[in-house]
Amino acid sequence: MKYLLVEDNFELANAISSRMGLDGHQVDHAAKISDALDYAKAGEYDLILLDIMLPDGDGRSFLKQHRAGKNDTPVIVLTARSQVSDRISMLDLGADDYVTKPFDHAELQARCRAVLRRKSGTAQPTTRIGDVEFDPVRGHLNVKGTTINLRNRELRLLELLMNAKGQVFSKQKLVDRLFSYDDDVSENAIEVYVGRLRKHLEGSSVHIRTLRGIGYRLDHEE
Amino acid sequence: MRFIAILIVSLFPLLGHAQDWEDQQVFGASNAPQSLRILSSTDTSFFKPVIESFIAQRPDVSVEYLVTSTADLDDRFRLAPDEFDVVISSAMDLQIKLTNDGFAQRLDDLTHPDWAQWRNSLFAFTTEPAAIVIRTAAFDGIGIPTTRQELIEALRGNAEVFDGKIGTYDVRQSGVGYLFATQDARASETYWRLMEVIGSLNVRLYCCSGAMIDDLAEGRILVAYNVLGSYALARTDTHDALTVILPSDFPTTMMRSALVSQSASDPVLAEAFLRHLIRLQSQGSGTDFPLPTLEAYQDASGRPSINLEPALMTYLDHLKRQVFINAWESAVIQNR
Amino acid sequence: MKNDFVVLGSLRNQLATILTGGAALLAILLFFVVRGYATQIAQEGQDNILSASVSSILDAAVLRDGVVELDFPYASLSMLSTSADDRIFYAIYEDGNLLSGYDGLETGLGASGNARMFVSAQYDNATVRVATASRTLIGADRSRQVTVSVAQTQDALAETLNRISRNVAGFGLGFFALATALAFWGTSTTIGQLSRLTTSVTRRGPQDLSPFLKPVPTEMVPLVRSLNTLMARLDQSLKQSEDFIAEAAHRVRTPLATVRSYAEATFQRVQNQENRDALRSMMRAIDESSRAAGQLLDHAMVTFRAGNLEREDVDLDGLLRDLVQRMTPVADMRDVALYLDSNAPAILQGDPVLLQNAFRNLIDNALKYAPAETSIMIHVQTTPRIRVDVSDQGRGFLLHEIDKLAGRFVRGGDTEGHIGSGLGLTIAQDVVNAHDGIMTLSNRQEGGACVSLQF
Repeated sequence: MKYLLVEDNFELANAISSRMGLDGHQVDHAAKISDALDYAKAGEYDLILLDIMLPDGDGRSFLKQHRAGKNDTPVIVLTARSQVSDRISMLDLGADDYVTKPFDHAELQARCRAVLRRKSGTAQPTTRIGDVEFDPVRGHLNVKGTTINLRNRELRLLELLMNAKGQVFSKQKLVDRLFSYDDDVSENAIEVYVGRLRKHLEGSSVHIRTLRGIGYRLDHEE
Repeated sequence: MRFIAILIVSLFPLLGHAQDWEDQQVFGASNAPQSLRILSSTDTSFFKPVIESFIAQRPDVSVEYLVTSTADLDDRFRLAPDEFDVVISSAMDLQIKLTNDGFAQRLDDLTHPDWAQWRNSLFAFTTEPAAIVIRTAAFDGIGIPTTRQELIEALRGNAEVFDGKIGTYDVRQSGVGYLFATQDARASETYWRLMEVIGSLNVRLYCCSGAMIDDLAEGRILVAYNVLGSYALARTDTHDALTVILPSDFPTTMMRSALVSQSASDPVLAEAFLRHLIRLQSQGSGTDFPLPTLEAYQDASGRPSINLEPALMTYLDHLKRQVFINAWESAVIQNR
Repeated sequence: MKNDFVVLGSLRNQLATILTGGAALLAILLFFVVRGYATQIAQEGQDNILSASVSSILDAAVLRDGVVELDFPYASLSMLSTSADDRIFYAIYEDGNLLSGYDGLETGLGASGNARMFVSAQYDNATVRVATASRTLIGADRSRQVTVSVAQTQDALAETLNRISRNVAGFGLGFFALATALAFWGTSTTIGQLSRLTTSVTRRGPQDLSPFLKPVPTEMVPLVRSLNTLMARLDQSLKQSEDFIAEAAHRVRTPLATVRSYAEATFQRVQNQENRDALRSMMRAIDESSRAAGQLLDHAMVTFRAGNLEREDVDLDGLLRDLVQRMTPVADMRDVALYLDSNAPAILQGDPVLLQNAFRNLIDNALKYAPAETSIMIHVQTTPRIRVDVSDQGRGFLLHEIDKLAGRFVRGGDTEGHIGSGLGLTIAQDVVNAHDGIMTLSNRQEGGACVSLQF
């Protein structure tokens, strides 16, 4: 996925970019509205993350100009305000959703996915490995012509494994990525989700391999 | 003139004597706790049933009924208004003057036709005509006159029959006579012609209707002018020798009236009597109220010819009376 | 509502008092002027008749053989007849000596001679009006002066005056009644302008600080002008403080977001348990402070708006549908399903912002306590009354604290490990109360908590 991040705080922008990178997304950063409008015109972005207070104006004016240019790239606003009325007025101006700073990256990702799912047409970038086709936005897994609807954590686990085919993920890492830091879960919880995915992938050319004492890895049989 | 004077003096010895009355009667128990003194010019016989019916309702009351002539009544009452409770008279002018001069008490809640009362103090309760009363036999062959003019002609044409045989009020003595005379004089010149005729026929002068009718009944006179018709009619019942003529040229009708003295000793009782009188009048009952009612002799206008109004005092004026008496005397007493 | 300023009198009452008082004064004045005028006319009428009576008597006076004769006509007295049967007195004097009539009548005639005079006097305990005139009769030897006085009581006059007084009083009362009605109408119309301005200002929403633009009468222009100036100043200072708050929030929250993002990224990478615990505490502290700040602001906003409740038609069905869509991503993260069981518009008179806030807090709460792979059900019922149940499949409320949970900053005894400020239920409770509804907390038989809002 390709994101445009409009944020004047470089530290935060870096933090978001690097965190997005962990999930395999590409992020372009603009620090001003004028730059952001140029970026938005030039590149094809799947989604724009927009800070509302910028040095050369209010994020709302970007939203107005953005929408005026018939650009329907979805926008998620990053706001420091938490009052309901402000949130609503932002949605009225054409933002698709918002998150309040500081935010949980998992929530940001979830919102991005939801917005993309709402906005996307029929053509979706899907990931294909052997006879398995995966649509991470809709959460669909197609194995030999059969479409399975994945639950959220199954989806996120599969996305993680498929984006790094052949890479080994420790149980600890998977828990960190799938659960919130304050979800009180043991590493064994991962086994449940791995078990479910294995069931979904049964009979296909894709396998999730257990490397005892190390972790899991997604393999493809040629 | 002398004759007349002697006649008057002999007939009315009470003149100048306060204690002498034409009639004086007490009705009801002598020891009744309440008593009422009525001063009246009306003969006792007419008022007897009225008083008796009043006493029938109020057995605790005795009524003293005192009769005198209208002029004398006025004099006596003015002298001692506190001695009498009710004053009844046919001399409307004198009654009006008594009321005007403040001798009558207001009886505000007594309902009575407006034309028959004055100041809610003086209440008229009869309408009575002044009549010509004749001995019917005297006019055989002459024809009974119906107007004053016809009477004048009858008298002129038969002077030998009527000389000395005509009677009328002495207006100097009689209040009601003076009232009739002045009202006649106001109404028509015929009055003066009639007076001249009867004056030339040596008219006899009377104080009262009663005396005049007595003389008629006994044949001492043949014609009486301006007699109270009611008195004459009362006689006709027993004596059909008399004819009562109400002249048709112009009627002279007066109202008998009553008032309660301002200084009555028992005003409540006096008022009660007056109410009783007025009630009997309005009922018009023949036995309890032998006098003519207010409606009895009304002219076309629905009213008696003499209005109950303060203008009646005009002829009571000293100077005016002097002028009228002078004229009357020169007409009636021409030869003497 | 208790005023915190002194109320001194009422404009309406002052106006009405002045106008009706003026009308009453005018009516009284009218009464006395007309009555006085009528008295004068009536007295003149009586005087004219008395004068005519005197003339007719005087005209009849003749000197015959040196003696005054007076054969006055009947009409002299009959013209004095009145409906009230007034008493009549008269006196005729020759050179000052009573010739005829009533003695002691006050003539009011001094040395002035021929002048005709009218006086009011007492005679025989009655008030009389006396007219007097004189005439000189020229005789052969000497001349005589004849003086005539005619007096009449004033009963008819009094009757006439009473009748006129009654009529004038009636007229005056009518005038007063009419004037009073007009005064009240006028006052109401005038005060109505003020009331309309008041209503229009009162009806405004708490956010509406726009100037008052409806037409007003000239006299109210200064008031409306200063009102508008005040509104503008208020609006500006509100905007300034809003901007300040926004700026402050931005300055505080952006670095927090940075710290949290770095902490989270680091958390993903480090293995050392001690370091992981430290990072976890850090994130928890940031989340807690952020959430608390948010809820505090929400609560302040709810308290403010609930005090000035703006009611409009709100479709709870649509409102909840939007809310569910907005919260689904968060629910998905925990593999919790959000279901909305509503199939018809549920129209409620209320403040949509408040209602949305209340439901968001309830769903937020449910999400916090719902175990993974369970569902949260939002059930909307429209008959007999509108009722919304939010139920989860978690542990439910502790029964012994169920009555206290809606209190401010009260958190359940089983909430360890969950981030919260304890204001969620308070906010929902306040919103429901402002809409005259009831919030009920219960545990479902099949397990899980249920919060019911009944309107």
